[in-house]
Amino acid sequence: MSKTTTQTPAGGAEQMPPAAAEAMNKSVLQPQAEGQPEVPMLQFITPEGTLNPDLEGGESRLPDPETQLWLYRQMRRIRHFDERAWVLYRQGKMGVFPPYGGMEASQAGTTAALTTEDWLFPTYRDTGAALTYGLPIKQTVAYWRSSPHGWYMPENLKVTPFYIPIATQYPQAVGAALAEKKKGTRNVAMAFIGDGGSSEGDFHEGLNFAGALNAPCVFILQNNGWAISVPTTTQTKAQNLSRRADGYGIPGIRVDGNDILAVYSVSRDAVERARNGEGPTLIETVTFRIKPHTVADDVTRYRPEEMTAGWDEKDPVRRLRAYLLAQGTLTEESEAALLEEIHTEFEEAVAAADSLPDPTPAEIVDHVFAEPTPQLKKQRAQIMEENGA
Amino acid sequence: MTATAEKQVTAQRDASKPITMVAAINEALDQALERNPDVYIFGEDVGIMGGVFRATDGLQARYGEERVFDTPLAEAGIMGMAIGMGLAGLKPVAEMQFAGFIYPALDQIMSHLGRYRHRTRSRFSLPVVVRAPYGGGVHTPEQHADSPEAILAHVPGIKVVIPSNPQDAKGLLLAAIEDPDPVMFFESIKMYRSLKQEVDLGYYIIPLGQARIHREGTDLTLICYGGMVEICDKAAEAAAQAGISAEIIDLRTISPLDTDTLLESVRKTGRAVIVTEAPRTAGFHSEIAAVIAEEAVDSLLAPVVRVTGFDAPYPPFTAIEDKYRPTPTRVAKAMRQVMDY
Repeated sequence: MSKTTTQTPAGGAEQMPPAAAEAMNKSVLQPQAEGQPEVPMLQFITPEGTLNPDLEGGESRLPDPETQLWLYRQMRRIRHFDERAWVLYRQGKMGVFPPYGGMEASQAGTTAALTTEDWLFPTYRDTGAALTYGLPIKQTVAYWRSSPHGWYMPENLKVTPFYIPIATQYPQAVGAALAEKKKGTRNVAMAFIGDGGSSEGDFHEGLNFAGALNAPCVFILQNNGWAISVPTTTQTKAQNLSRRADGYGIPGIRVDGNDILAVYSVSRDAVERARNGEGPTLIETVTFRIKPHTVADDVTRYRPEEMTAGWDEKDPVRRLRAYLLAQGTLTEESEAALLEEIHTEFEEAVAAADSLPDPTPAEIVDHVFAEPTPQLKKQRAQIMEENGA
Repeated sequence: MTATAEKQVTAQRDASKPITMVAAINEALDQALERNPDVYIFGEDVGIMGGVFRATDGLQARYGEERVFDTPLAEAGIMGMAIGMGLAGLKPVAEMQFAGFIYPALDQIMSHLGRYRHRTRSRFSLPVVVRAPYGGGVHTPEQHADSPEAILAHVPGIKVVIPSNPQDAKGLLLAAIEDPDPVMFFESIKMYRSLKQEVDLGYYIIPLGQARIHREGTDLTLICYGGMVEICDKAAEAAAQAGISAEIIDLRTISPLDTDTLLESVRKTGRAVIVTEAPRTAGFHSEIAAVIAEEAVDSLLAPVVRVTGFDAPYPPFTAIEDKYRPTPTRVAKAMRQVMDY
């Protein structure tokens, strides 16, 4: 598909030429190109919420019911955040926020395999991953409000701030992982990227470094179909991004990114391999960005509505819910209690974020160096003077 | 400088030996590795080969492949990895084989190295040192002689150090390694072996951000750093024969800039010539000229003059290379210009 097909005439997506819409639809929903062998995508639970009949090993592959329920809780918790963040943005109580709705399994399932002794390198779309890892909601809200209070990263966590530049965190995760190895710990580093980010040079340098240096890294490639308005087929001729790992001599795994039980299982295995000194893994979670790039983005300009509808049916939350209800692991009553708890936790965190004081102008020049330079001291004095402090 | 550090310097003064700048750098790295188990040295060819300039010669043999190691050839990867290691509390000392090869790593430097402390409100600092040979004068191939220090000095959160002699190189590098923040350490390729100097044998630091009066004088101030100190020295020597007394300020650290020392000199002499081998437009020399204009214009007896390279890529053509890089003759001409104004 040529780049030009993503352009739409003024007036919005409803005027998109039918041929272009069809090509884009095909590009994501039927991603196999001629001449490229299909890489199997691991799936435990079908979109309908039943055990995948083709799953080798059957039910024995699934985590125990308690873990299943716990994973469901993680997804509901971050979905609540994602939905409420949108509302808060509309109310002017949140800054521009990149939603991750639809990708809960991909974010919670991967991060659930970590402990807080491990490193997490999330991108801007991975708020759900950071929340699952343990970043407090209050802090996260402050961060997306562009308050410096959101920038004081907790000392007890090894989570980095959300990365805005794409792919730069891959080589950095290699460095953190390598440092842990050199210090003699069993801690690992997990870094996130999207399908668009896999075009960046740093993605490739990171994978190559990790392989060459046998760094205990788990690389998550969330293939959500889109890099803002550019579909994966315009991004690259490659159809199976997990196979990129082959070029660097490391395992590449392709998993249904909307099936949290499968995502969790492969992530846990990859983390374990890294801990045991067996080196890095690339995991491609095949998922979909239901929502726009950010809350300020008009997704209808580039994406036909029927595509969203197609993927909505594969909703990761809905899928596990159906399975858990059928198994009796979850009931309507226990779910209601869970949602109430999540709601309360969120409201309390937002109230706490609301009470954070505004920053002072002098904070602009704070935390540049451990010891401010003479130039910064002078500039700080200037800010104080100009602001009557 | 802390009192303790001063004591260390004094304590070692009695023992010294004449060595080149590259040997002094090697010695600094050796002592840093020995003293601090968190120090790791890596880059391309730094291991068994000991670096293309031999700055890391023998270190892998002495400290092992865990602490001194070769990486794949990819500058952004090297820089990104250094950042990750710094995040995790180690002291990475990365080598960029040539400063002209830093450009692929600029995203890592500008997006992360310089701002990590700021964007985490000091939860994470990056105690990273990046060494890079820079500058011309030794007939290197294309793209091996760039002087990109102004680009780096413009990035908030990064210190930029450029020594001009063996004694300084060792003390400044050890200070850079002690520093809790990122330091770009540019080493003049021309100065690596062009002179030998008595260097203190023991461990000592020279604090970052302090310029040095290289030569005292009263008529004009030559402001320079790195490979240009030698050039200014020659020009000042020639001028002295003609009765002109030039003071030379070797900045040693361009970011943070020691404005006190340079302004004091300019106020004393009333004339300033700034000498760098970087391209002319928007170079660090322009920053120095601006500082003088803002702070010491009343003392000036002549306009500030810059002697620089040109707004063209550094020429790898042996026959004309010295027409790009400032020479003592060009510096002398600028000195006459400010004296005759």
